Amino acid sequence: MADEAQTGARYRRRIASIAVQVGLIVLIGGLVYAAAYNAAHNLARAHIASGFGFWNNTAGFDISQTLIPYSAAASTFGRAFWVGLLNTLLVAAIGIVLATVLGFAVGIARLSRNWLVALLAAGYVEVIRNVPLLLQLLFWYNAVLKSLPEVQGSVALPGGGFLNNRGLFLPRPEFASGFSAVLAAFLAGVFAVIVLRLWARRRQERTGAEIHMFWPALALLCALPIIAAAVTGAPLTFSPLHMGRFNVRGGIEILPEFAALTLALTTYTAAFIAEVVRAGVLSVSAGQTEAAQALGLRSGATLRLVIVPQAMRVIIPPLTSQYLNLIKNSSLAVAIGYPDLVQVFAGTVLNITGQAVEVVAITMAVYLAISLFASALMNLYARTTSVVEH
Amino acid sequence: MAAVSDEPFAYVRRLPAERLPPPLAPTGALGWLRANLFSSPANIALTLLCVLFIAWAIPPLVRFFLVDAVWSGADREACLATPEHPAVGACWAFVRVWFSYFVYGFYPAGQRWRVDLFFIALAFGIVWLLRLSAPRRDLGALYFFVVLPVLSFVLLHGAPPIGLAVVPTALWGGMLVTVIVATVGIVFSLPLGILLALGRRSDLPVVRLLSVIFIEFVRGVPLITVLFMASVMLPLFVPDRLAPDKLVRALVGVAMFASAYMAEVVRGGLAAVPRGQYEAARALGFTYWRMTGLVILPQALRVTLPNIVNTFIGLFKDTTLVFVVGIFDFLRTIEAARADPHWGAPTTPITGYAFAALFYFVCCYGMSRYARSVEARLARAGRR
Repeated sequence: MADEAQTGARYRRRIASIAVQVGLIVLIGGLVYAAAYNAAHNLARAHIASGFGFWNNTAGFDISQTLIPYSAAASTFGRAFWVGLLNTLLVAAIGIVLATVLGFAVGIARLSRNWLVALLAAGYVEVIRNVPLLLQLLFWYNAVLKSLPEVQGSVALPGGGFLNNRGLFLPRPEFASGFSAVLAAFLAGVFAVIVLRLWARRRQERTGAEIHMFWPALALLCALPIIAAAVTGAPLTFSPLHMGRFNVRGGIEILPEFAALTLALTTYTAAFIAEVVRAGVLSVSAGQTEAAQALGLRSGATLRLVIVPQAMRVIIPPLTSQYLNLIKNSSLAVAIGYPDLVQVFAGTVLNITGQAVEVVAITMAVYLAISLFASALMNLYARTTSVVEH
Repeated sequence: MAAVSDEPFAYVRRLPAERLPPPLAPTGALGWLRANLFSSPANIALTLLCVLFIAWAIPPLVRFFLVDAVWSGADREACLATPEHPAVGACWAFVRVWFSYFVYGFYPAGQRWRVDLFFIALAFGIVWLLRLSAPRRDLGALYFFVVLPVLSFVLLHGAPPIGLAVVPTALWGGMLVTVIVATVGIVFSLPLGILLALGRRSDLPVVRLLSVIFIEFVRGVPLITVLFMASVMLPLFVPDRLAPDKLVRALVGVAMFASAYMAEVVRGGLAAVPRGQYEAARALGFTYWRMTGLVILPQALRVTLPNIVNTFIGLFKDTTLVFVVGIFDFLRTIEAARADPHWGAPTTPITGYAFAALFYFVCCYGMSRYARSVEARLARAGRR
């Protein structure tokens, strides 16, 4: 009897749960259908085409920074999409490298036993983290870079570069035929350092005597290319810049938009990475350091062999999400006019074609693909490095 | 026992190490200085570098923002360098003149008491909700999530029947809009986030799938694209006569975005509730909603309060992005005022940004201090 009641209750619950789910599907489906119906109706009335046919139409607008050949008259909207995407990836890649370096430095400085160093690092982190990125970006762009001198009053940099409110202009390197010899010498240096290191390690295992590798390695890496350059006779020269009335020509041009975005993304993300690094290092218990010291490891070796491998396991997952944040935050480019994916595609292309649905969907799909790819990599990493507990 | 090899190891010490001298003054001010600033040659060098950096950076900042600053004036003339005053610092006169614009935007001057009243009502709600010792915080939640939104709408938008003239949202601006966007974000994102988090942990596959898709989709794209979607696609999706107001569109985007992040935070809190709590509630015959509402959520939200506040700090900073879809939030009013030719002096932009930075810093830093104090309190409670 009780059994029967229970089966009845379970049966009723099952029916209820199926009803809820079916209801939800119908509701969502209905909303999507209504949205699609309204969109089709509204677009037809505004005479806006739909579909992805616009992809191959001529774009007809200029882009200030292009990594691949692009011209307003001949290139298509599809080409403009790739130009924007590459610009996004460029600023994100450079930002990630710089933010990692700065973030690790600040994070370790915050843990320094030197009170002043720790204080300065903490001040940096607190100030940067509590001010919106967009504000920092506008500050770098409008208050710092745009208030640099005009072209005529450019700041001359050592080495022949110029800095003004149109950007940073660097002389373009010219590679002569002998340059490959310098490159080969550098590679030989790298190879020699690896061999030397293997030998030193084997010797240390045999006798216990440690050989310091830093200075010999540095000498090898610098001396070999310098000798090769001297022998072949300066194969790398820099072509001088031409100062025009309104612009500087004939060199590598770094746009102020690009510089401001890189600066803002780097300093902002570095503050978050510093916190990740600090938490990671603190997660390694003090007993590990004490044990390493008791075994006689010096502080450098303790750090390299004991702390860092354990801390990295804690650091890597949040570090990845900071990298993803940086990539997503690079879309703030639209506020200062750096031609990234959002500015070019979801901004200019959307305004010209009016095809909001398609353009926004493509833009979102790109960011979503990057995010999903990164989280797939992260899951793989987590699986390979998780501690197997016995 | 294995025989010890006779082969000499270079790294095995044969004699006891030499005795070290006793440490110099390990305590007291001198000891502190020695331990924290001058413990080794490298440390002394670092300390000197830091002192040099501070000496290089701080005095010019103080001079610019305080000593040489211009505190009053009618227009740009006051903030321009003249032969008598070659060094001109921050142009605080600019902030003073534009201050009411920064707070209210174009909200009609005669009606600004309504905005002030809204700020007071909001502050009251925040204090009630966040002071852990405040009485009847359940009523506080009711006030914050139900009464306050209705009250604010009536106050700010206006209700002709009770004599409040309608003020169109196009006139709203400044800190008012920043605070509204952030508040709407939290008021909608917390309940929605809780539902999404429960959905993600639900037994019903359809509910779970829909929640996961929504959360991962929104978290995978930048807020700017969500705002673009809300501002250009939303009007397409509804019949023409229902086309929402520009501010409402941005609010929908922000609320969607924030709820996905809030869902993940709440999910962390739900995972922290021990299994036994679920089992005990089930054993007592609680239905799903009674169990969730009376047993699980109170515990989950308590442990996750610091994370909720941290998410809110992120949301507060992100409100600046509505700038991009043409809403006059606080940052946008700074940009607009900066472009005013009457105040076009070289130091105006920096002053405007410094003022904005100060506002955001005070709000965000205050909230993060609060989150940390709650965290410390929870840690103490957990240890007992």
